[in-house]
Amino acid sequence: MTIRVQEQPFDLGEEANAFADAQDDAGAVVTFTGIVRDLPGGAGLDRMVIEHYPGMTEKALGQIAADARTRWELADVLIIHRYGEMRAGERIMMVAAAARHRKNAFDAAEFLMDYLKSRAPFWKKEHTTDGGDWVAARDEDEDALKRW
Amino acid sequence: MDVLYFAWVRERIGLPREQVETQARTVNDLVAELRAREERYAAAFADLSALRVAVDQELADFDAPLDGAREVAFFPPMTGG
Repeated sequence: MTIRVQEQPFDLGEEANAFADAQDDAGAVVTFTGIVRDLPGGAGLDRMVIEHYPGMTEKALGQIAADARTRWELADVLIIHRYGEMRAGERIMMVAAAARHRKNAFDAAEFLMDYLKSRAPFWKKEHTTDGGDWVAARDEDEDALKRW
Repeated sequence: MDVLYFAWVRERIGLPREQVETQARTVNDLVAELRAREERYAAAFADLSALRVAVDQELADFDAPLDGAREVAFFPPMTGG
């Protein structure tokens, strides 16, 4: 299990390959990556800035990954999440789940994402030339936790 | 104890963390003390339904006890992923 919280960009392909290569006993690897979106209507996102809570972030992500491993038979879990400044199109984060069978890997990846959205201490601020706005949490994201 | 603020709570109060001398027994007691300090605190803590709290880096409720707590953090709902 690997958890990385970092400012610098990561290479999705390299990370996914390294993760898959490290598995001896997995028949399935599912990866998800989140990308910085431009604002709707081409309002012109200048940059996104992600703030986090050093210390709690690592603990919360470790707990979420550990919970996934108790719910599904998983060979391995990887979470990478960035903080700091990024531009539209940059990768914000990724999760990968490895399992013997694909269903466990898919379900675990979805679970990891649902919990990461609302239970990991990150906050996004979108900046345009007019100023910055904190991204509001969505009720759907909180509701998504109820299915687990 | 150390009190930390993140995102717009940090911006509204104007600092990321501070040391607070307090006898507060619960998070709610601590919030009441902070609100009474200055307008910027009252503004930040005006609507607790818009806030989340962590005690010693674990999510907690506002009625959580503070016995022995070293670090309390206030922030808006998280937006990871």
